[in-house]
Amino acid sequence: MMSAFVYSVSQITSYIRSLFLQDDVLQSVWVEGEISNFTRAASGHCYFTLKDAGAALSCVIWRAQAARLRAEPRSGDAVLVHGAVSVYEQRGTYQLYVDLLQPAGVGQLFVEFEALKARLEAEGLFAAERKRPLPPWPRRIGVVTSADAAALRDILRTLSTRYPLVDVILASTLVQGVEAPPQIVEAIARLNEWSRAREPIDVLILARGGGSLEELWAFNDERVVRAVAASAIPVISGVGHETDFTLVDFAADLRAPTPTAAAAAATPDATALAVRVTELRERLAGAMMARLATSREEVARRRRDLERSSPLTVIANRRQRVDELARALQARMRYDLTLQRARLEGARARLEGLSPLEVLQRGYAIVRLADSGQIVRSTQQAVPGQALRVRVADGEFGARAE
Amino acid sequence: MEPTATNMQSGVELSFEQAFEQLEAIVRQLEEGGLGLEEALTLYERGMALAALCSQRLDQAELRVRQLLTTASGEIIAEPFGGWPET
Repeated sequence: MMSAFVYSVSQITSYIRSLFLQDDVLQSVWVEGEISNFTRAASGHCYFTLKDAGAALSCVIWRAQAARLRAEPRSGDAVLVHGAVSVYEQRGTYQLYVDLLQPAGVGQLFVEFEALKARLEAEGLFAAERKRPLPPWPRRIGVVTSADAAALRDILRTLSTRYPLVDVILASTLVQGVEAPPQIVEAIARLNEWSRAREPIDVLILARGGGSLEELWAFNDERVVRAVAASAIPVISGVGHETDFTLVDFAADLRAPTPTAAAAAATPDATALAVRVTELRERLAGAMMARLATSREEVARRRRDLERSSPLTVIANRRQRVDELARALQARMRYDLTLQRARLEGARARLEGLSPLEVLQRGYAIVRLADSGQIVRSTQQAVPGQALRVRVADGEFGARAE
Repeated sequence: MEPTATNMQSGVELSFEQAFEQLEAIVRQLEEGGLGLEEALTLYERGMALAALCSQRLDQAELRVRQLLTTASGEIIAEPFGGWPET
């Protein structure tokens, strides 16, 4: 029987590929096996076959993922890989596109890691909104690490050169082995207690130097992850090397790639601070100069204001007032004088009314002794032959007594 | 007595952080203006003392490291840590 429809090779291959893409298992799968024929192409992509006793599976690791491989896998290595199975259409083969490759010995650990990570993530323990801001100026830093490991020396050296103002409190702990997780939890609790009851601690650094996945395993322990999330003091994790991620990194308020980086992330840089202090000093001086200039200007303005109301001005004003008053006074005096003169005239007129001349007009005469000019008031004075002068209204004439 | 950053806050020793923050606040205040000359001069003197204190703190600081230990009686104490400085 002929099919009703004839596919091209490309069409049927494309169809098969779409079936792979729809399958949830094939899109995210863990596979354990043994490596054979591992080759790294000039492009940087890696190709190998994963085998077990009964089957073989072509695998590809793209360059980006291949760069993260800790060591070049060798043929015969038992490994655990994660990836997606899909179809390589040009050759009509299917292959596993690998995004994670781990030694098989830790395969179970890795699966546990992923499961715990998914569970804690679902619980919200790693949520971005849980992350607390770190204090920009820590005064006291708690360090949780091993007292005799390189990580502590790295941290202390970094703090010492970068921000020696800080006070360090170390809670020493094992950082690997079965005893490590409860000790780390205890150390975090002690530092929190110390901070609460004795001296406030601003930030914790939880650190460990580089090591194998097994050596870093304490930092994937659920108790430790929960202790980090529950710490009242913000936590910076600095575990292993740049490429190592532990669950503690997800729970911490900040993940630093190494212990040194954690110490740097916890503190401001004293050299930069010294520069800022100098800048502030200069701004302070500048602001003061500006303030003084304002004052000088103000003084100049006040002086101008003052000049307007100075005593000299007052005196000048008063002098003018005096002049005005003097003028008024003179006017008044002239007026008074005129008045007096008028009164005098009146008085003189009245006086003239009393003048003897007026009386003479009415026919009286004044008789004087011709020689002495004495007015004759008595008959006794007029002896016979006495020369007399008689004054009448219009003149005088001589006469003789008889 | 010369005004210094320490004796101005009732004898309480200022931390670098406090001194720096006060210095920043003073610079802002002075730059905003609107202060009397007397007040500005006081702030300026205090700012200069704070700047000197900040520089001094930075220059003289030495990392202090202590380790939490549990005594025989179960008490937690912080002892100077001998593992530092490294030799």
